[in-house]
Amino acid sequence: MGYIRLEKDADGIVELIFDQEGEKVNKMGDEYIEAMTKAVDEIEAMKDDIKGVYIRSGKSTFFGGGDLNKLLEIPTDMSEEEKTNMYNGILNAKAPLRKLETMGLPVAVGINGAALGGGYEIALACHYRVAIDRSDVKIGLPEAQLGLMPGAGGVVRMVRIHGLTEALTYISQGKQLSGQRALDKKFVDELASDEADLHAKAKAWILANPEAKQPWDQEGFKIPGGSPNDKDMDQALMGLLYFGPVNVMVQSNGVFPAPKAIFACISDVARVDFDTAEKIESRYFLSLLLSQVAKNMISTFFFQLNALENGASRPSGIEKTDCKKLGILGAGQMGAGIAYAAAKVGIEVVLKDISQENADKGKAYCQGVCEKLQGRGRMTDEVAATLLGLIKPSADAADLAGCDIIVEAVFEDRKIKAIVCKETEAVTDASSVFASNTSSLPITELAEASVRQENFIGMHFFSPAEKMPLVEIICGKNTSDETLAKAFDLSIKLGKKPIVVNDKRGFFTTRTIGTTINEGAEMLLEGINPVLIDSAAKFNGSPVGPLNALDEISLATAYKNGKQEKADVEATGGTWEVKAAGILLDRMVEDFDRKGKIYGAGYYEYPEDGKKYMWPGLKEHFAPNGYKEIPFEDIQDRLTFCQSLETVRAMEEGVITSVGDANIGSIMGIGFPAQTGGVIQFINAYGVKEFTERAKYLAEQYGPQFEPPQLLLDKAEKGETFQ
Amino acid sequence: MTTEAYIYDAIRTPRGKGKQGGGLYEVKPVDLVVNLLDAMKARHDLDTSKVEDMLLATGEPINEQGMDIAKVALVYADWSDATTGAQLHRYCAGALDAVNLAAAKVKAGFEDLVLAGGVESMSRLGIGASGSASGDPWVAFHSYSISQGIGADLLASLDGVTREDVDRYAAQSQARAASARDNGHFKSIVPVKDMNGVTVLGHDELIRETSMEALAKLNPSFKMFGDFGHVDLAKFKYPQVENIDYIHTPGNSSGIVDGASLVLVGSEQAGKEQDLTPRARVVSVALVGTEPTIMLTGPVPAAEKALKKAGLTMDDIDLFELNEAFASVVLRFQRELNVPDEKLNVNGGAIAMGHPIGATGGMILGTLLDELERRNLKRGMACMCAGGGIGIATIIERV
Repeated sequence: MGYIRLEKDADGIVELIFDQEGEKVNKMGDEYIEAMTKAVDEIEAMKDDIKGVYIRSGKSTFFGGGDLNKLLEIPTDMSEEEKTNMYNGILNAKAPLRKLETMGLPVAVGINGAALGGGYEIALACHYRVAIDRSDVKIGLPEAQLGLMPGAGGVVRMVRIHGLTEALTYISQGKQLSGQRALDKKFVDELASDEADLHAKAKAWILANPEAKQPWDQEGFKIPGGSPNDKDMDQALMGLLYFGPVNVMVQSNGVFPAPKAIFACISDVARVDFDTAEKIESRYFLSLLLSQVAKNMISTFFFQLNALENGASRPSGIEKTDCKKLGILGAGQMGAGIAYAAAKVGIEVVLKDISQENADKGKAYCQGVCEKLQGRGRMTDEVAATLLGLIKPSADAADLAGCDIIVEAVFEDRKIKAIVCKETEAVTDASSVFASNTSSLPITELAEASVRQENFIGMHFFSPAEKMPLVEIICGKNTSDETLAKAFDLSIKLGKKPIVVNDKRGFFTTRTIGTTINEGAEMLLEGINPVLIDSAAKFNGSPVGPLNALDEISLATAYKNGKQEKADVEATGGTWEVKAAGILLDRMVEDFDRKGKIYGAGYYEYPEDGKKYMWPGLKEHFAPNGYKEIPFEDIQDRLTFCQSLETVRAMEEGVITSVGDANIGSIMGIGFPAQTGGVIQFINAYGVKEFTERAKYLAEQYGPQFEPPQLLLDKAEKGETFQ
Repeated sequence: MTTEAYIYDAIRTPRGKGKQGGGLYEVKPVDLVVNLLDAMKARHDLDTSKVEDMLLATGEPINEQGMDIAKVALVYADWSDATTGAQLHRYCAGALDAVNLAAAKVKAGFEDLVLAGGVESMSRLGIGASGSASGDPWVAFHSYSISQGIGADLLASLDGVTREDVDRYAAQSQARAASARDNGHFKSIVPVKDMNGVTVLGHDELIRETSMEALAKLNPSFKMFGDFGHVDLAKFKYPQVENIDYIHTPGNSSGIVDGASLVLVGSEQAGKEQDLTPRARVVSVALVGTEPTIMLTGPVPAAEKALKKAGLTMDDIDLFELNEAFASVVLRFQRELNVPDEKLNVNGGAIAMGHPIGATGGMILGTLLDELERRNLKRGMACMCAGGGIGIATIIERV
């Protein structure tokens, strides 16, 4: 088993070269610990005969982090003995690094590629860090983004290099830096132009610094910016330690363990000596390894997201396509947002509306987005000019000629959609794709207007489209694989995460979020305190509560959409099902004239000189004799369970087939709490059987919307999870 | 039958403004205690070797109030070597807890004569000087601790109490305290003197003339904590709360002052041996723990528990002293227990005179006893809220 090579050069410098056999990227795991421990022991044996140690990679990239597959396998309920073994394993991973940095030899590292997580922790243990100045040479500790934290001395050393405040920022935000930024922020000590320069600079430093010692191993060392132990503690630091935890709790609704562990660890490791600090860091790290949230996040945001981006839901065997010219029908906020996203990645855009004036308004929206960024110094004038230059506002369908893909973002009305489709197809090539950005109308039916139904697809963007990462791609009955591939590739090119679903009214995201909006309405009509309804969503970890969400969209819009949908259902021979959300909207809009935030009155009151608060009329009209009391936990669960149950129904119906797409779609599209790992992971982590039991209880208490679907019952029966 | 615990005396220093320039700022905390030890000894011609222990509370047991200030003060004041001492911390309730523990020791028969009280020099130590285990981030993530002032504002919001309500109560506290001072009702005050016998401060310094209009002009004290997230943090425990009104100001919250208190508790036999006259007996005591984030709701259940232990009802209590930590705390107590205005804090309280954290419990007990005697009434209750949601109560009965 090869992992580390030790090679002594002519100057007496030993090169410690990471080159894990059978892996593309060096990883931190048992093999690493064994090899590194042995290598450092060997270096110690020859230390009197050598000048220093140069650590580098034998691969084209430097070093990855821990083995995430292994992390997922860690059970959450281990015995004390097993946990002790894990704790000792964490200490074992750190031990050789500490030994090497205190051996009395200068140690330099050459970073020739990504040094993220464990890789950068190795670099931090070196006395001198040189990195190639190249954009792919990303350096940092991104563990927090997957619900973890550095566990190989990263927290201990970052605190001692940067001080508590900056270390907290870098670690909790998982900042990745390269080039000059990495140098400026002291992530590295020197930049090199290429591999040869890298080695030369690192080795020159070794030869020039035979007495190298880490700052924290030098007499009189003080943590930059002060320590919580200081008798006369720095005021800013005191403020951070007092209000920081409050801020973490409030920002994350307390649902993410990693920000808490990182914050506390940063404070704790600053209070004690280095070796004790390493123990403390290990304990916090272990607590996250054992946490369900980290598993949820790794599973969804690493494995499932990677699979999604690698095209798990894209038809195989079709060559990658490249949309060069995009037509957008409808220059409202949605159309304009898509136009911005496309021009940003260099796609030529025709932004068409019924009048030039409307089309120009759409482009002005894009300009507004640019100006905001320019104002903050986050976009250069040049980039903005190029971006805007790619967008051609037009009222003439003829301008759509030559577009590879058309995205239709007009009003949710079949007739209008049919008209613009025909008008467009008259000028576009036979190979061009027509994508409807409908949020709920069945694609197969919309495609009836098309003469090229195999080229017809749904691409459901989320508002504001220039920011929201999700695209829900909907395949109609006649949509071809080529069309799907093109829509998928465009989404990736736009920097979006495409999920692929099948055709049925409401698709996946709209029908799913509809259940929680409806449940909020249901509870309000039952006489439950509306403040508790939105609070429950917040403490679930949702970005906004169902009532707040509707106020933001505007009740008037939701009301209009509801009426439109009802008309559409009835016109196509269906029966409209009256739901709580509809009943409530009718009363709010028709009886009380409360149409949402932009109208100054919705579920909430919006006083000009103060914070918004729940409209007291809700109590008066829906709970005149006092609020109905149910456990807060039930309110919380009603808002999440309905969504997971609806997803299982959508799976039963074949609307969504990929667990990963369901999880990612629910978090990135409709704000399902991220720490759960998504709608389906929520069930898996809850325990399929326990979830089913809880759903049955909720059904008994609150209605048939919580009856577990057959697929769920079957899974619970067989003891299976959703995979 | 168990031994009764009698209160033989309850004395206190005047309260000086708790800041540089305050009347007691120049006085070290240990000297505040020694003034009372000297007075206690002199008032009763005590054989100090018969006093077995002194329990002394402080909110900031550090530096010149640090380690065991009780024993330090006893040695320094030349009391008998036989008298031991211990420092005690129960947040704002320390001195009353010291009295209760002293009474418990006596009732149990373990000890016969015990001093209890507290000391706080807020002008010299400030608030927070001794640090806190709750200041640790990991502890904070599991405790949902907020500023007490935000707790008071939250309590008011939950109860529908307005700025006008709390200001009205504050104005009453000032008026009552001024009247009591002017009429000489604070008999338990012992002037603080220097080493030459020259009086440094002889009266409560914080009582001030005020009006509803003047009170209404004061800025809220705790908004900053709300701006930094304390209200949002409180919502984890009170999800039904949307926004709170910041209504507590320096005018309707307890004042920051210096002072000390001392209560002599003993058995009937020990009193006889020292020729002491009992002024009251401790009928019952209670400690309760309540929701710690809001932290100010302990008084009602503490009062109920003490009544239940004693087999008494609210009507059996002639006077109540509830520490005026914040006006909203008193208003809740008054409303929930239906306490008539003329029975509650009849001589004002900490809003007017200040709340020297560790010492206050002994002070309100002394005020209560003085007033029961003056009005020739029988029973009184002293009650306080304290950090962590602690509530404490003591029922006394004149003998």
